[in-house]
Amino acid sequence: MTTGLTQGMQGTVILDPTDEREPLRRQLTTRPEHIVGTVGLLDISKPRGNVLLDRLEERLRARLPGVELRRYAKLTFTKPAPDDLRRQIAEECQFVIEALAD
Amino acid sequence: MNEPRRSAALQDDSGGLPAFGLRDNSGELRSFPTARSALLCFVHEDCETSNLSMPLIERAHVEFGDMVDVWAIGQDDAAGTAKLVERHGLTVPVLDDSALLVSFEYDIETVPTVILADDDGYEVRRIVGFGRADWDHLFEDLGAIAGVSPPDIDWSEWPESRPGCGSLSVLPGTYERLVAQAERSPLRARRIEVGAGDDVMEFLFDQGLTDGLPVVPPTPERVLRMLEGTRRDPQEVVATVPPNMAPATIEKIAINAVMAGCRPEYLPVVVAAVEAMCTDEYNIHGVSATTMGASPVVVVNGPIRHRIGMNMGLGALGHGNRANATIGRAVRLVLRNIGGAKPGGTERSTLGNPMKYTLCFAEWEERSPWEPLHVERGFEAGDSVVTLFTATGGPNLIVDQTSRSAAQVAGSFGLVLEGVHHPRAHGMGDVVLVVCPEHLDTLWREGWTKEQVRACIQELTSRPARELLRDAVSGAGLPPDRVPEGGLDRPIPKFAGPEYIHLVVAGADAGKFSAVLEGWASGPRGSMPVSRKIEEVT
Repeated sequence: MTTGLTQGMQGTVILDPTDEREPLRRQLTTRPEHIVGTVGLLDISKPRGNVLLDRLEERLRARLPGVELRRYAKLTFTKPAPDDLRRQIAEECQFVIEALAD
Repeated sequence: MNEPRRSAALQDDSGGLPAFGLRDNSGELRSFPTARSALLCFVHEDCETSNLSMPLIERAHVEFGDMVDVWAIGQDDAAGTAKLVERHGLTVPVLDDSALLVSFEYDIETVPTVILADDDGYEVRRIVGFGRADWDHLFEDLGAIAGVSPPDIDWSEWPESRPGCGSLSVLPGTYERLVAQAERSPLRARRIEVGAGDDVMEFLFDQGLTDGLPVVPPTPERVLRMLEGTRRDPQEVVATVPPNMAPATIEKIAINAVMAGCRPEYLPVVVAAVEAMCTDEYNIHGVSATTMGASPVVVVNGPIRHRIGMNMGLGALGHGNRANATIGRAVRLVLRNIGGAKPGGTERSTLGNPMKYTLCFAEWEERSPWEPLHVERGFEAGDSVVTLFTATGGPNLIVDQTSRSAAQVAGSFGLVLEGVHHPRAHGMGDVVLVVCPEHLDTLWREGWTKEQVRACIQELTSRPARELLRDAVSGAGLPPDRVPEGGLDRPIPKFAGPEYIHLVVAGADAGKFSAVLEGWASGPRGSMPVSRKIEEVT
């Protein structure tokens, strides 16, 4: 009887050290021709991220008068966005722009 | 060490002995239970007590074979079995358990083990090793079953008792292999088969599973041995690891600990460190993502330091000690492999730093008159505790070979600490000050406490706010248009409070070189030091 679990005809068996999520090749969402609906502007609370978003907001208002712009902010850049904030943005917006600063 | 996990109960759910089928030395398949009484004799050829017992096993077969299935179950290969048969002139069937699966299922630890089973497959009597009184009783039992008189054996010619030999199924390495193969294996991780033509070390590199240095391939046997280092359930989820927010089971941590090169007795330290790392207070997500290049620093206190041979003396922050090196590395591999934090992904260090491979050391509590770190942090002196700090830089040496008073030594600490991150960065958070024994001696000669050292540093580093303003020399510092509370003359010490200065004693007896491990953002929006008690496994 063959009992070679790790060293046998088939080579070596090792155990997966990762979280075993399937390697997914993420597809970009299809880019629409026109921007309609609501655009979210997310400030992650890095210094001067708000300055960048202020300018973007001005430009977008001038170029896209029919589009609603909404501002969001993370409490701190050092931690992931809370689930509630992510859900809120996903529900309220068709687009989102995040200011990463640095 | 805990009791090894037994994957096979002695009896199955019905209470009977496990069923099996093995071929004997004439090629015939023998299946148990047999609907008759059976004598199952586990032996191996290279065991004196097995050889002592073989004539009695043979005799049992000759005397009672018509009514009772008497089998030798050999752990040897064909050559070993042939020797055994020839040596004793055996006619008793010798079953081939060279794969050891039946020995394992029966939890055989010693050969010979002789088990008498009734016709329903239930155990009636068991002899482990050799005992002449046991055999005498066994022959009486066999005679009663067969309805014949037991043979007349002069037991005085036999030794009273002999211990047996270790069963091949419990040999280190073999036992783990058998557990891993068993249906009740505690391992649940996905098995990856590396092709026979592939180099497993190269495979691990190619899959991005290493920190850039070679890792020990995490085979099921090695992971099972690692799991012997804890009593905790391999499938217990002890933490959620960012950025993937992936569950870290004891098994997954053990796999990474194998890769890092840990011994099983280090595992409880690694587990406690992972628990500490994945708290909201410690905030490993921010620590690994920051462009500042921060990394955990693992400090170990308590009796486990000695039990696992950690270095707290000469070269404590350096290389050469397996426990120090591999515990810190295992924590990093957990973050990388389970959490998915990789440079260029969510790890965004501008420069990175070598602590991202490993930094783990122990405090030399016995060398210090001060309360050790874990006691300061609320634990009992006899507890083994891991504390995680965050460091972005260091160890930066404090080179002072000439100070002879406590105030001078503490003064040197303050002067060097002034430079942490930037001389104008004041009101800062956590910093680790590793005090070497010679500096400690100078401080303690005058009875200086940790509190006095901290106070001296705060006093010495206090600067009026106006000296910390941005100017033409450097654009770093306080913005001139933001006058701090208390005005420009208000002195601001280097650290937001003395409690942010963490003193740990380590290093060789010789050398006046303490060191600073520079922190990162502190407090609830940054990273706070976190301590966890280490599981006691004795």
